[in-house]
Amino acid sequence: MIQVTNVTLEYATPSGKVMAVDNASFGAAQSEFVCLVGPSGCGKTTLLNMIAGFFSPTQGEIRINGQAVTGQGLDRGIVFQDFAQLFPWRTALGNVAFGLEMKGVAKAERERIALEQLRLVKLEKFAHAYPHHLSGGMQQRVAIARALAYNPSVLLMDEPFAALDALTRDEMQRLLAEVWRETRKTVVYVTHNVAEAVYLADRVIVMTPHPGRIKAEVAVRLARPRDALSVEFLEHQKELLRHLTQKEEER
Amino acid sequence: MRAIISIVIAAVLYEAVARSGWFAAALVPTLPAVGRTLWTMLADGTMAGHAVNTLWRVFAGLGLAAVTGLVLGFLMARYRPVERFFLPLVSALMPIPSLAWAPVFILWFGLGNTATILVVFYAASFPMVINTWSGARAVNPLWLRAAGAMGAGGTSMFWKVVVPGASPFIITGLRLAFQRAWIAVVGAEMLAASAFGLGWVIFDAKEFLNADVMLASLAVIGAIGFVFERLVFGSLERGTVLRWGMVRSAKA
Repeated sequence: MIQVTNVTLEYATPSGKVMAVDNASFGAAQSEFVCLVGPSGCGKTTLLNMIAGFFSPTQGEIRINGQAVTGQGLDRGIVFQDFAQLFPWRTALGNVAFGLEMKGVAKAERERIALEQLRLVKLEKFAHAYPHHLSGGMQQRVAIARALAYNPSVLLMDEPFAALDALTRDEMQRLLAEVWRETRKTVVYVTHNVAEAVYLADRVIVMTPHPGRIKAEVAVRLARPRDALSVEFLEHQKELLRHLTQKEEER
Repeated sequence: MRAIISIVIAAVLYEAVARSGWFAAALVPTLPAVGRTLWTMLADGTMAGHAVNTLWRVFAGLGLAAVTGLVLGFLMARYRPVERFFLPLVSALMPIPSLAWAPVFILWFGLGNTATILVVFYAASFPMVINTWSGARAVNPLWLRAAGAMGAGGTSMFWKVVVPGASPFIITGLRLAFQRAWIAVVGAEMLAASAFGLGWVIFDAKEFLNADVMLASLAVIGAIGFVFERLVFGSLERGTVLRWGMVRSAKA
């Protein structure tokens, strides 16, 4: 369970203070899939990075399972957008086993778990391949397996499929929905893609930029697996788009 | 195969000049004459003795340089004050040819291995320092973040992420260091070695007008350098950074 309370992040630039995130509050229940949606510069990635513990908010508090976040921790798994996040000098298996190795799990045991995780993302055949021999989509699947391998309660994802082609992205979303159904992790997923948010999320948090604020929360109560062509699906998309564009009209 | 063709063509050209009679045969011996000398020196073990001496000096100097360069390079990349202190020193000392130090080292340590090894060390240190320092700073920050999120810190971050992440630079540094060390050792032996060593053989042979001995030693120097460059460092690269896709081979 994640609780973000009145989180603000300000940073100084030569031209003055910039408010990247302004007084953001939201929660994610156990095993809930929450999407942060918004245009570039709305602070969604910044917010995710603070949950990850890469840096601390200027004000406010983030709690995971009741514990205040003060830095990085093994209770969170993280997947970035960039394929280069994998270690090129380790095989897929070696990458997935990294977190377990840091935890001090014995070699045979961590390889067994890593292989299990690779099976979850349907890559067990490529366990001994180096990342540069894998396609972008496969590399992101390895990254997901790697983030899950040490069994964190929370999975944080920063636009993991944004750099993939549309067909691969659809396939990856289906796969992620399956992985989530099987692992029941609490997920915070950042995206600027409205359809992706409706496909994946239980709840969508809409953010707007300058300063980065939470504008609305939209619950998505559609049955899974979701049909991206159904009327209800499109209506959710429309609602999100309305929240995202309203700001411009008000100005 | 192409390497052989290049070498054969160069050899034929040399042989034509040597047989043309434009120069005294003692100064420009024919290749068979050089070959015979080389064979004799190989057969009686003298050449091997010299080569072993030279290799020992190279690896002592290179080993010291590698350790110093790695430690200093990583410290410079990690700690600002270390970088601020050593970078001006490196910049000031690097342009001085290592051989220019040979007379100084001879004065301090006398003729022999110490002075020679120090010259080699001096020549090989800079590529190791500069490349390690650059390599550590070029490690993808995303790897550090991902590793940090998975619980890596301090020692494990260094050995499992920074070192392999910097390895393309480090391997190139080692290659350059070996090249410079190999060049430096021959020069240093001419000046500082009192007996033994491929450089010393050449210098000594000059006194007796033994051009064939000089050329035979040059051939051995080239051959050993070639073997290390192609076989040792080439396979080190193929086994690591090329295999990992961190560097690519050139396209045909």
